[in-house]
Amino acid sequence: MLRFAASRLISLSLSLLAASVVIFAVIEVIPGDPAAFMLGLNAQEDTVAALREQLGLEGSVINRYFGWVGGMLTGDFGTSYTYRVPVADLILARMWISLPLALYALILSTLIAFPVGLIAAARRGRPADMGIMGVTQLGIAVPNFWFAMILVVIFAIKLRWFSAGGFPGWDNGFWLGLKSLTLPAIALALPQASILARVMRSSVLDTLDQDYIRTARAKGLNRSQAIWRHGLRNAMIPVLTIIGMQFSFLLAGAIIIENVFFLPGLGRLIFQGITQRDLIVVESGVMLLVFAVITVTFLVDLAYAAVDPRLRRRG
Amino acid sequence: MSLISVSHLSMAIHSLAILKDLTFAIEPGKVFGVVGESGSGKSMTALALMGLLPGGARTSGSAMLGDTDLLSAPEDRMCRIRGNQIGMIFQEPMTALNPVQTIGRQVAETLVIHGAANRAEAMTLAREKLDRVGLPADRFPLDKYPHELSGGQRQRVCIALAIALRPKLLIADEPTTALDVTTQAQILDLLKSLVAEDGMALMLITHDLAVVSDIADQVAVMKSGEIVEQGNTDEVFRAMRHPYTRALFAASAHIPDRQARARDEPILEVQNAVRRYALPRRRLLGPAPTFTAVNDVSFTLHMGENLGLVGESGCGKSTLTRAILGLEPLQSGQIRLFGEPVAPGMANALRSGVQVVFQDPYGSFNPRWKVAQLVAEPFYLMQARPADWRDRVAEALVSVGMTAPDMDKYIHEFSGGQRQRIAIARALILRPDLIVLDEAVSALDVSIRAQILDLLADLSHRLNLSYLFISHDLSVVRAITDRVLVMQAGEIVESGRTEEVFTNPAHPYTRALIDATPKLPDRRV
Repeated sequence: MLRFAASRLISLSLSLLAASVVIFAVIEVIPGDPAAFMLGLNAQEDTVAALREQLGLEGSVINRYFGWVGGMLTGDFGTSYTYRVPVADLILARMWISLPLALYALILSTLIAFPVGLIAAARRGRPADMGIMGVTQLGIAVPNFWFAMILVVIFAIKLRWFSAGGFPGWDNGFWLGLKSLTLPAIALALPQASILARVMRSSVLDTLDQDYIRTARAKGLNRSQAIWRHGLRNAMIPVLTIIGMQFSFLLAGAIIIENVFFLPGLGRLIFQGITQRDLIVVESGVMLLVFAVITVTFLVDLAYAAVDPRLRRRG
Repeated sequence: MSLISVSHLSMAIHSLAILKDLTFAIEPGKVFGVVGESGSGKSMTALALMGLLPGGARTSGSAMLGDTDLLSAPEDRMCRIRGNQIGMIFQEPMTALNPVQTIGRQVAETLVIHGAANRAEAMTLAREKLDRVGLPADRFPLDKYPHELSGGQRQRVCIALAIALRPKLLIADEPTTALDVTTQAQILDLLKSLVAEDGMALMLITHDLAVVSDIADQVAVMKSGEIVEQGNTDEVFRAMRHPYTRALFAASAHIPDRQARARDEPILEVQNAVRRYALPRRRLLGPAPTFTAVNDVSFTLHMGENLGLVGESGCGKSTLTRAILGLEPLQSGQIRLFGEPVAPGMANALRSGVQVVFQDPYGSFNPRWKVAQLVAEPFYLMQARPADWRDRVAEALVSVGMTAPDMDKYIHEFSGGQRQRIAIARALILRPDLIVLDEAVSALDVSIRAQILDLLADLSHRLNLSYLFISHDLSVVRAITDRVLVMQAGEIVESGRTEEVFTNPAHPYTRALIDATPKLPDRRV
């Protein structure tokens, strides 16, 4: 198991290295000079050149790449062109919203999807299954911002249980912060839960046709005992894969929901960075997301090995 | 008083009759054999007794266990009977166990689920049961996972969990079909001892007449959902009143009519072939250990000769086959085909001289292609497909007993035996000199197998073909080959003329293989 984890860690580091090269290269070839953008159309050429120098845009590509990577390793992500503050501070502040929101949505989605998927599998072809399949189909088809608006109309405007948007900060109390993330988390979780429930259902159904379920039934287990004791854990591999992918998506893909609820999250920061040519924010933000995704993949790999003893020996 | 008495059991799935009016009784402490070919309803009969028939199945008649009718008992009653009064094991031990649970827990679960023990007691009892089926504690601790065991060992675990509560009846559905002959003999011995020592009844379902005649007290012969003949095994197999029983026997013992025609002209020469695989490294930068699958193998196959290669699973037969087909490189030694060296990069023209037929007639065809395309596929080894390719496909199909119009059908329209004929047609299309038959008749029912063996003998004679016939089934190899090689752990331990090797085996491994093979009773027609 340790060997397995070590070999996964090595491939994790290599992926990060490859990603940093790709991100840097892509940003290099994107048209648009941040210095010219910041100074406006009428700027003098020598003023632009001076700003480029100040922003660290001069010098050879190799030097700048290693400067960037070396900086990140020591916690220095550079200074935002537009905000004029360290990028690390900017990202950290946004992380305190985006990370809890993603986790919150993921937990909700898993809590909904597991029982729903299991019930559908246990009642394959019966009304409960067909109902669940219909509802989850709708959940996938309807975009999450539409859910978000409906939630706002019902719970913020009609019932006044929640505020319609904004984030008070964690300094004003954990529960208040959590409360303000609840509607966005639900809006994010519903489509994810629909996908996860369907994966859960088909994965459990696949295991039901396996020989070991027949063995379990021949031992005297009834149908639900066989699913619960033997089907579930075997069905977990595809489900874990989807959960890992969903977390990555939720971390950065919540931008529309962040806009609907006026949440200053990571997605919005990167989007603003792109529109304002604040490339240093984009570069570091994307790199951080890549890091998060690769770390989640690593954790999912470890979870695979925990679930399935056959995977533990593979290097 | 019978343990289970079944009367007028019929079963249909969505109005398709599967079982027709079965009446039989299973006596306590006896072995009740059920034989028949695939699709005869053997397994369905067992599943009916277990109440585990597929959805849509409707039964009539009765199957009394004491005063409970197994066909009409409610599901919760059946759950208490399954595993407790009737245990069951299945054909495929490789997949019959939950891969993510330890063997100890899986055996203990039978006890826990029926409330016979708490978890800790159940683990102790599980240990006893594993000892009972020949899996001692020092080599098979309770925390082993199924993937760490071989097929035979897994089947022992299945038996342990099926007999954990000492059921009155154990149903064994083809329990040894997926196993090697020596493992089969051990499992059959274990089942016999469970019947003799624990007083359990055994319902043994198999397609293998030799197995049944060896172990069953009573036997029922099934065909198309009916029992055509039943009674004491000795009597049934001696009298063979029903023509189907006679046909089954004849097919099982069938020896095609053929003569040796080997000429002293080598086609295939294997000289000191060695194939090693690198295993995963134990330490991160340590040397990778190797596994020698084929170790210093040498033999020569002559023009017109039928050469057999026998050995148990894992002995290196398949690796050697792939090397001969030029699909795998050798670490040392060499293989020459028509005098030319064989290796993964060999010329297509050389490949066209040797063709192969595999075991599985269901998995070895692309289901979206028509038969004409499937059979004509080897033409890609030539520069261009000949203009008369459809005629040649038709000719190949006719020569294997199919018809020319079959070439415009899809593969799913054919039965297993017909598919294997089409596979042979595909191998014949380039008019090769050598055909490698890798377990080519192992998946077929005995009657179909007899037909395919006749076809192979006939083709070999007509087209002057040589065969390399690879099989774990000694009786088949004996029926169709001139010479035989016996392979164990990557080495050829014995070779010689087939009749001599079988009547006078020199190597202890060959003797063990022959002794372990169940034998048909002498026919007294």
